[in-house]
Amino acid sequence: MKTLVYINNNHFSAKASFEAVTYAKKLGGEVVVITYGDSTGAELLGAYGATKVLVDSSLANADEQQITRLVASAVESTGAEVIVFSHDLVAKAVAPRLSVRLKAGLVSGAIALPETANGFTCKVNVFSGKAFATVSVKTTVKIISLLPNSIQPENIGGSAVVETFNGNTGESSIKVVSTKKPEGNIPLPEAELVVSAGRGLKGPENWGIVEDLASALGAATACSRPVADIGWRPHHEHVGQTGVAIRPNLYIAAGISGAIQHLAGVNGSKVIVVINSDPEAPFFKAADYGIVGDAFDVLPKLTEAIKKFKNAN
Amino acid sequence: MNILVCISKSPDTTSKIAFTDGNTKFDENGVQYIVNPYDEWYSLVRALEIKESLGGNVTIITVGNTGDEAIIRKALAIGADNAVRIDAEPIDAFYVASQIATYAKKNNFDLILTGKETINYNGSQVGGMIAEHLELPYVSLASKLDVAGNVLTLEQEIVGGVQVVEVATPVVVSCAKGMAEQRIPNMRGIMAARTKPLEVIAPESLDLFTQFEAYSLPDAKKACTMIDPMNMESLVELLHNEAKVI
Ligand SMILES: Cc1cc2nc3c(=O)[nH]c(=O)nc-3n(C[C@H](O)[C@H](O)[C@H](O)COP(=O)(O)OP(=O)(O)OC[C@H]3O[C@@H](n4cnc5c(N)ncnc54)[C@H](O)[C@@H]3O)c2cc1C
Ligand SMILES: Nc1ncnc2c1ncn2[C@@H]1O[C@H](COP(=O)(O)O)[C@@H](O)[C@H]1O
Repeated sequence: MKTLVYINNNHFSAKASFEAVTYAKKLGGEVVVITYGDSTGAELLGAYGATKVLVDSSLANADEQQITRLVASAVESTGAEVIVFSHDLVAKAVAPRLSVRLKAGLVSGAIALPETANGFTCKVNVFSGKAFATVSVKTTVKIISLLPNSIQPENIGGSAVVETFNGNTGESSIKVVSTKKPEGNIPLPEAELVVSAGRGLKGPENWGIVEDLASALGAATACSRPVADIGWRPHHEHVGQTGVAIRPNLYIAAGISGAIQHLAGVNGSKVIVVINSDPEAPFFKAADYGIVGDAFDVLPKLTEAIKKFKNAN
Repeated sequence: MNILVCISKSPDTTSKIAFTDGNTKFDENGVQYIVNPYDEWYSLVRALEIKESLGGNVTIITVGNTGDEAIIRKALAIGADNAVRIDAEPIDAFYVASQIATYAKKNNFDLILTGKETINYNGSQVGGMIAEHLELPYVSLASKLDVAGNVLTLEQEIVGGVQVVEVATPVVVSCAKGMAEQRIPNMRGIMAARTKPLEVIAPESLDLFTQFEAYSLPDAKKACTMIDPMNMESLVELLHNEAKVI
């Protein structure tokens, strides 16, 4: 059996890519990666189990329809039976297209390896992380879109052979006019550590203490919805039911009450720390560690303690 | 513009999530269904705004059973012109998208809108699948959509940022926050909705790709460990040694 992993262009050293390749390796068969654009650094994926990386270097930018054709061509030429994506924004547009094109069942948002003893079933998150479902896939070719932070990448050493590949991707029907990427920040959906704050912080001028903690930890910053709505923080930081859903290893929430719509976006976090001055705040029910206290005192103290810990380790 | 808006139902966020029949079915007991917020607040309202400024027609479509007519009436009350219900259990995204694509193929839509995702299954799958069935471009997670002739300018979320794109109709777009402001139906809309056309169509039969076999709930959270606000060193030590996250 062969497994094909789609990796975004230039994402050869992203943790999400290591996770997807590790996942594919654990399925047991040979692992081939398909990507496009500049292949610098692509051989790195060999360390996680890929034997070969196919690169269509004739494309610099590709829309999702072209990526779908690219992956479909690679499936045809490799005979892969399972296709793995990391469940990011590209995968959310490409994997469904590919499912229709290849008549292949799609598991969207897988959180574990499939069970293959009796058919092919896979566990996914449903109901905004409030429940899990087991999905069975009935088709011969199967597509799995893996939620970030669901598997530990395993570096087993080695290097992959990089080969050029012609994906017959056709023309793009979507013209990109401009692109804006916030600089420096760790993208929220990929972050392992997240520090978040809400209305309890009183105003945008007070976010320094949140950013200090985030930078001491190497964490991304997030916020509750009202904070983004009033414009204290940029919209891409808003987590919850109507914002980004995240599942970091650690989520620290200061001055956030823990409304159900907020929890919907963060309850997949492995560990939750809540800092709130109100001992009755609903967030404590969803927390692993709770601190009843004033965020204006607690956050700087926690930042100091983290710095001390980092210096000692 | 002739616009098709895909709407689905989703349990109200305060609904208790539980399962029955040996954990194979969602327990609908006491569950209040609403129009999936992304479909109602963003795609439907933006479709209506476009129609109001450029003329045209807004059709809503849902794959679901008789019980879903309440959400259809709500969408009609907000202002959609007519509705289609494909009379079937929405088994999975492939099933839903195939049914909608079959309908769309027979009718010429300039624009097909879906929501970002359903909040029950969160697959974000239906829009891309419809686009592939119809061989159309698909712009996902759009937060802005402007129309000039047959060219759409959209702002969409991409990995680590946002981009502005242009695309010619026909096209499939999934709508996210920012696209429009929620509208509350008024009495006139509610009255008018009663007499707006609702076409019920039999589904085509399909081979299933996937099936939801069983559900489970996360393990009950152990009680929260409370920490002295004066002693952040102990929190750091627990995060390192007990939780092993730093
Ligand atoms: C359909 C719908 C969708 C929604 N989607 C989202 C979503 O995606 N994300 C989201 O976040 N919300 C969402 N909301 C809003 C949500 O219901 C809450 O209103 C919101 O999360 C509250 O934000 P908050 O916790 O920052 O503010 P508040 O509820 O005002 O809470 C502030 C908290 O700070 C505490 N506090 C005050 N001062 C201090 C201090 N000095 N130190 C420490 N703590 C302090 C208070 O005790 C309080 O608990 C949605 C609502 C609806 C109806
Ligand atoms: N049963 C359904 N009937 C009509 N449209 C649906 C249905 N299910 C999902 N959709 C549409 O597809 C979008 C994405 O759904 P999903 O792929 O389930 O996350 C929703 O926001 C709806 O616009």
